[in-house]
Amino acid sequence: MKKLLFAMAASAAAIAFAGTAEAKVKACYIYVGPVGDFGWSYQHDQGRLAVEEAMGDEVETAYLESVPEGPDAERAMERFARSGCNIVFATSFGYMEQINAVAGKFPDVKFEHATGYKRDHPNVSTYGSKFYQGRYIQGQIAASISKAGVAGYIASVPIPEVVRGINSFMLGAQSVNPDFSVKVVWVNEWFNPGKESDAAKALIDQGADIITQHTDSTAPMQVAAERGVKAFGQASDMIKFGPETQLTAVVDNWAPYYIERVKAVADGTWEQIDVWHGMAEGNVVMAPYKNMPDDVKAKAEETQAAITSGEFEPFTGPITKQDGTEWLKEGEKADIGTLLGLNFYVKGVDDKLPN
Amino acid sequence: MLENILLTIATAATPLLLAAIGELVVERSGVLNLGVEGIMIMGAVTGFAVSLSTGNPWLGLIAATIAGALFSQLFAFLVITIATNQVATGLSLTLLGIGLSGMIGESFVGQPGVKLPTLDIPILSDLPVVGKLLFAQDPLFYLSIVLVFAVMWFLFRTRTGLTLRSIGDNHTSAHALGISVHKYRYFAVMFGGACGGMAGAHLTLVYTSQWIENMSAGRGWIALALVVFASWRPLRVLLGAYLFGAITIVQLHIQATNLRDLESLPAPLYWLAEIVKSIPSQFLSSLPYLATILVLVIISSNRRLTLINTPASLGRPFVPDR
Amino acid sequence: MRIELVKRSQHSTFFALASPFIAFALTLIAGAILFAAIGKSPLTGLYLYFVEPLTQLWSVHELAVKAGPLIMIAVGLSVCYRSNNWNIGAEGQFIAGAILGSAIPILMPGFQNFLTLPLMLLLAMAGGALYAGIPAYLKARFNANEILTSLMLVYVAQLFLDWLVRGPWRNPQGYSFPGSIRFPDAATLPEIFPSQGAAHYGFVLALIAAIAVWFFLSRTLKGFEVRVLGASPRAGRFAGFSTKGMIFLSFMLSGALAGLAGIAEVSGAIGQLREVISPGYGFTAIIVAFLGRLNPLGAIVAGLLLALTYLGGEAAQISLGISDKVVRVFQGMLLFFVLACDTLIHYRVRFVTAISGEARNA
Repeated sequence: MKKLLFAMAASAAAIAFAGTAEAKVKACYIYVGPVGDFGWSYQHDQGRLAVEEAMGDEVETAYLESVPEGPDAERAMERFARSGCNIVFATSFGYMEQINAVAGKFPDVKFEHATGYKRDHPNVSTYGSKFYQGRYIQGQIAASISKAGVAGYIASVPIPEVVRGINSFMLGAQSVNPDFSVKVVWVNEWFNPGKESDAAKALIDQGADIITQHTDSTAPMQVAAERGVKAFGQASDMIKFGPETQLTAVVDNWAPYYIERVKAVADGTWEQIDVWHGMAEGNVVMAPYKNMPDDVKAKAEETQAAITSGEFEPFTGPITKQDGTEWLKEGEKADIGTLLGLNFYVKGVDDKLPN
Repeated sequence: MLENILLTIATAATPLLLAAIGELVVERSGVLNLGVEGIMIMGAVTGFAVSLSTGNPWLGLIAATIAGALFSQLFAFLVITIATNQVATGLSLTLLGIGLSGMIGESFVGQPGVKLPTLDIPILSDLPVVGKLLFAQDPLFYLSIVLVFAVMWFLFRTRTGLTLRSIGDNHTSAHALGISVHKYRYFAVMFGGACGGMAGAHLTLVYTSQWIENMSAGRGWIALALVVFASWRPLRVLLGAYLFGAITIVQLHIQATNLRDLESLPAPLYWLAEIVKSIPSQFLSSLPYLATILVLVIISSNRRLTLINTPASLGRPFVPDR
Repeated sequence: MRIELVKRSQHSTFFALASPFIAFALTLIAGAILFAAIGKSPLTGLYLYFVEPLTQLWSVHELAVKAGPLIMIAVGLSVCYRSNNWNIGAEGQFIAGAILGSAIPILMPGFQNFLTLPLMLLLAMAGGALYAGIPAYLKARFNANEILTSLMLVYVAQLFLDWLVRGPWRNPQGYSFPGSIRFPDAATLPEIFPSQGAAHYGFVLALIAAIAVWFFLSRTLKGFEVRVLGASPRAGRFAGFSTKGMIFLSFMLSGALAGLAGIAEVSGAIGQLREVISPGYGFTAIIVAFLGRLNPLGAIVAGLLLALTYLGGEAAQISLGISDKVVRVFQGMLLFFVLACDTLIHYRVRFVTAISGEARNA
C-alpha cells in the first residue's frame, strides 16, 4: 500500500513539476459555466487560448470550469495562488467577495475580476465590457427591417448589464422608428435551452419578427430559423445555428485584454486598473452583418464606425426614463457610475423591473 | 396565434408524456424508478451524438431508445436482483446519468444538430386550429399519444397487463401463484427506460436540436410527479402533461404581452392585466411547481380513489422466500 | 446462470463492517478503469482524487468547509429515511433556513451583540423545520407523495431567494447587482483557527449534530420508535406509535438541521445572502446519508469522503485536465457499490446455473 501511494505521488509530482524549469508566466482562469457553453465561459476560454497562441513558450495556462460562486470559488482561487499561478482571472461577477479575500492573502499574485467593481487590495484589477454598444446597432437593424415593428427580447436575469442592453437596444430602435416596441421575457436563467426556446416561440407567436437574446444558448436562434424570423446571436458568432437567420451577433472578444495583461505580468509592468472596454479596444466585436438589405448594413457599419471612433455613445441625451422624467439632457452623456448600476428603463420599454 | 400556442404546448408536453407513460408502467409493476432524469439525459446525449455522426435523426432516435433501455437495466439489476433500496438507487442512477452524459457529450457541445422531420398528414393538416396540432407534428408526438392508448389497452385489456398490475399490488401472492415477479419487473423497467430514452431524444432532436450538459433541467422529476398526479391512470398522464406544458407556456405569454397591446380592453380587464403584469417573474416561474403540488394534494386527498389505483407494493424490494 | 439472494438467518457482522470498504475498493478499481479509458494515468488520477487534497493543511480546512453542510444535512436525512419518510427537498429547507436566519443581519443590521448569532441559528432551524413541515403536513393530512412535494418546494425556495436578493433584500450600495449587504462580524460564524485556514464553526456544529442525533436514535425511546416504525410500520402501529407524529418529527428534525446548515454556510462561508447559496448540498447529502448507511456517525465519514471527491476533482482538472463531470460519475458509482454491498449484510448471494436450477426444480 505504501509503495502504491509512493508511486502515485511520484507520478503526480512529475506532472506538477514538468515544464516549470524556466521561469514561465502562469495564467489561470476560473469559469462559472462549462467551457462548452458556447457563450460566456466559452468566450473567456477562447481568450485563454489566444494568450497561449500569442505567447507560446513564455506562458502556461490552467483553468477550472463550472466553479460555483461562494466558498468553492474561494478554494479554487486559493488553490491557483498556491500552485504557482502568477495571474488569476475570475470571470464572473459573483466571485467578487472571494477574489478580494484571497488577494489579501497572496499579495504577490495578480488577480483580475471580470465585471466587478471592488478592488480592496493593490493586486486586484477589474475589467468589464461595453456590450451595450453592440446592442444599439442591433436595435437600429431591428427597427429597420422589422415589418411588425415589434422585437422579442429574451432576458436572463435582472442585473445592470442586461438592463443596459435592453435600454441600448430600445434607443437604437427608436432612432429609426420612434414607435418601435420591444417585448421582454425574463427566463431567470443564463442557460436553459428548453426554456429559452419556449420563450422565443412565445415571443414570435405574439407577433415579434425579430428575436434578440441575452441568454447564452443557441436555442432561440434555432427557433427563429424554423419560424422564418430574423435573430441576433449572443456572446459568440452563432451563424452556424442560423445561416439565413442571424443578422449579426455581439461577440465578446477577451483576447486583446488577456494578452495585454499576461504580457504585463511577464514584463513586470502589471499595475492595478479598472477598465471598461468596448468597440474601440476590440473587446466588443460585431459578427458579419448578414441577411439584411445593403442600406441597413451600410447604416449599421456607419454606426459601428462612429462608436469605435468615440464620435458617438448610445447613452447620449436627450433620454427620458420610462416614467417620463428626464434622465439625460441634450448632448449629455451618462456617467459610468449610473451605467454600472443601471436599474431603470428608458421610455418606450413596456416591462417592469423587479425592485 | 392560438394554433401556434397549442403547438408550443404540445412540444413542451411531449417529452414529459413519454417519460411519464413509461414510468407509469414501471410503477404499476411495483418499482419506483427515481432515475428517470438520468435515463432521459442519457437518451438525449445518445440521440444527439448518433444523429450528428450519421446525419440520420431516425438512427439517433433508435439509439436513444436503446440507450435508455440499457441504462435502466443497471437500475433493474440493482433493485430487482440485488434488492437494493429503490429510492437511493434511482437517485444514484440520475447522478451517474448526468455525469456520464456530460462526459460523452463534451465534444458535441456547440454543434448544430439534425432535427426529426415533421410528418404531415395531407388534407387533415389543413383543418383550422387543430389541423397543425394533430396532423402535422413530429413523429414523437404521434408516438406519445399512441403509447398512452397502447399502455391503457395493455394494462386493462390484456392478461399480461393484469398480471403486471397484480404484481404491483401484491408481489408475494403473485409469486405464490407461480408468476415470475423478477421477469415482469425487468421488462417493465426496460420499457420505462426506452420511453425515457425517447423523451431524451425529443429534447435533442425535436425541442432544441443541440446538446448541452444537464439540458433535461428537471423534466424527469416532473414526469415522476405526473405519474402520481395521474394516480397511475394513462389518460390522466396525458391530461397532466398537457396541463403542465400549458402552465409553462402561458406564463411566458403573460410576460410577452405588453400592456400597450391591451389598451383596447375594458377597464376592469386592463386593471387585472396590470396586476398580473406586476407579479415578479420569479413568482410566475414557480407557478408550474406550485400547481403540481396543488394538484397532487387534490388528487391524493381522495383516499378511496388513490387506494384503488396505487400499486400497493410500490418501492418495496421483493426477495422470494424459500 | 442466475443470481439468487438467500436471506441470512441473522445479519452478517463481517459484511456490516466490511461492506463500505469493499464498496470503496470497487469504486477505486472502477475509477482506475475509467481514467484508463479516457487515456489518463489511473495511479495519478486516483492520487489526485483521494490523497493530494489531504497533503496540505489549508486544503484540509477546505475539506471541512465542504463537508460541514453535507454532514449536517445527511444526519437529519438519516432519521427521515430510517423512518420511511422520503424527504428529498433538503436543498429547499437549506435555503429556507438561510433566508430566515439572514433576516436578522439584513433587516436589523444595527442589532449586534452576543445574541445575534444564536438567534440567527435558532431562526434558521425554525425556518428549515417549518419549510419541511409543508410536505410533512401534506403527507399526513392529504396523503400527498412527499418525494414530489418536497422536491417541488426546492424550486419554489430557489426562485423566492432569487427574488428576495434582487428585490427587497438587495444591498442598496451594490450597484443593483443581486446580493444582500455583507454580514457584520457579530453575525458571522467565526473560523476555528483563522491563521491556518478557512474552516468555520459550522463543521463543529455538524459534528455535534451527528453525535446528538446518534444518541437520540440509539439511546432514547423516541429513537427506538423511529427505528421500529421504519422497519415495520405495522409493528409500530401495534406498539401504539403514531405514524403521523413520526412524519412531522422526522421531517421537521431534518428540516431544522438543513436550515442550520444553510445559515452556517451563509454566515460562515459566504458572508452575505446571495441568489445562489448552495452548489446542490441538499441533493448531495442524500448520497451522503446512504453512504453513511443512515447512521449519523457514518454520515461524518461519508460526508468527508464525498467532500474529498470534490476537492480531488479540482486537482485532477488542473493537473490532468480531467473534466469535472467525472466527479459525478464517481459519486454515482460509489453509491451503487455501497448499496449493492449492503445487500450482503442481509443476504447471501447464490449463483444458480441453469442445470443446478433445473435439477432443483425437478
